[in-house]
Amino acid sequence: MSERATRRTIILVPYLWLALFFLVPFAIVAKMSLSQVATAIPPYVPVFGLADGPAGWFAKARELSLDNYGVIVGDRLYVDAFLASLRIAAIGTAILLVIGYPIAHAMARAPERWRPILVMAVILPFWTSFLIRVYAWIGILKPEGLLNELLLGLGLIGTPLQIANTETAVLIGVVYSYLPFMVLPLYATLERMDRTLLEAAQDLGCPPWKAFWRITLPLSLPGIVAGCFLCFIPITGEVVIPDLLGGSDTLMIGKTLWTEFFSNRDWPVASAVAVLLLVILVGPIMVYQRQQARQMEAGR
Amino acid sequence: MTSQRSRALDATALTLGFAFLYLPIVILVIFSFNASQLVTVWGGFSTRWYAAIWQNRQLMDAAWMTLKVAAASAAFATVVGTLAALALTRYARFRGRTLFSGLVYAPIVMPEVITGLSLLLLFVSLGIDRGFWTVTVAHATFTCGFVAVVVQSRLVTFDRSLEEAAADLGATPAQVFWRITLPIIAPAVVAGFLLAFTLSLDDLVLASFTTGPGSTTLPMRIYSQVRLGVTPEINAISTLMIAAVTVLVIAASLATKRSAAAH
Repeated sequence: MSERATRRTIILVPYLWLALFFLVPFAIVAKMSLSQVATAIPPYVPVFGLADGPAGWFAKARELSLDNYGVIVGDRLYVDAFLASLRIAAIGTAILLVIGYPIAHAMARAPERWRPILVMAVILPFWTSFLIRVYAWIGILKPEGLLNELLLGLGLIGTPLQIANTETAVLIGVVYSYLPFMVLPLYATLERMDRTLLEAAQDLGCPPWKAFWRITLPLSLPGIVAGCFLCFIPITGEVVIPDLLGGSDTLMIGKTLWTEFFSNRDWPVASAVAVLLLVILVGPIMVYQRQQARQMEAGR
Repeated sequence: MTSQRSRALDATALTLGFAFLYLPIVILVIFSFNASQLVTVWGGFSTRWYAAIWQNRQLMDAAWMTLKVAAASAAFATVVGTLAALALTRYARFRGRTLFSGLVYAPIVMPEVITGLSLLLLFVSLGIDRGFWTVTVAHATFTCGFVAVVVQSRLVTFDRSLEEAAADLGATPAQVFWRITLPIIAPAVVAGFLLAFTLSLDDLVLASFTTGPGSTTLPMRIYSQVRLGVTPEINAISTLMIAAVTVLVIAASLATKRSAAAH
């Protein structure tokens, strides 16, 4: 293979794969969101087929409608679900940062031979099933669960706490599931940090808390950004955690989309929800992607 | 004095952090050996739930399907992801590079409901029957970005003079790739494959959207059982999965350590 052919293969194979299976499908979702639901298999009135020809396209273009978007924007249930998702993702990410930062910081300062083991220990739960880890919390949080038994046994509470099936339970599940995604990027930047800066500050009489505030924190900003976006974006679209831990009271948009699709079989409305979710998240996704690209360039 | 205090803080952060990460898993494992049907009441030691799994044909079929999908999708993801990493590190300029890097990284954070729904609609509009292959393609698309990141972090520290030397001595680009580049990045490629494999084993959302009749995966089975209520059988199968993954991870880390020592 010549140099040129090699180059073309290396670029084109992943490019075409991702274009076909990641980019093109979004166009289909956008198209679906403009069509009407129908009792058929598949359950929608098709818009635009390649076989229709220009005349057919023109006729069908008039049937396109923004009705599905009207339904979503006009219905409090959907609006609330969007707002709740963003709220839970924001609060969850904030808690993750507060919990994750001390862990990553301690890992980065641990003796060097310990560090690979600590990294492994953070990753290991992530290698076990996500579904199972969320499931484990049901047994802990439910009214007759282990947490309540423990607290009742210690006499700290008189009646069982109602945590399962609340937003608190969803937040616990979110923080638990995403902790490695917050800790690892933070650890990566903190571990690379030039330690002599802190020594210099100390020699000059700077108290440790001030050195942390003025040196460590600003230098770890790339890790903070990466970790926060790596958590915030997927949490916004989370399905399993709100479904298993949130009960029927907690509405999140990912779960709403899931229900529209699987239970109500309303593909067009589910598509419209997906388009709106994507519109909300496209900014954060681009920030994350740029951060990731920059970090890779910097590692060179 | 202050350094002692900060060391105590570090120890506290690590202890609490790891307790939080591991306690639920430990509890889950302990209760898989519970004789009682009630998940939170201890009724004595028993392995009855493990015996019950082997007799559950549906669960076994689903486990087998999940392993096949994971192996196939991880293979595709490794090829696509490694090529993507090569393209991004080796070629600083080509047409559509910005879009390309977006396409590589975006699936990592993209909510799975969006990816799942859009892939399903693609398969429906192409008239493809859903089953093993559609789930495999979906998983490969979702995981190849992870492979790309892992391989890329190895490629950026890569000493290119080795490749140049080989080329100067008359090796063709293909020979350079197979004899020099691939062996050097192999640990990252293997790590990428394993990551893709476990992500696929774990996935519920993409599989639910893109699967067809007869191709139910294990997470889908577990999910439908969990929604009906907590049963010790799930604890048992979870424990088996945790044990399998732990053994796999330890084996992989020993293998990389040995290959690192050999060099």
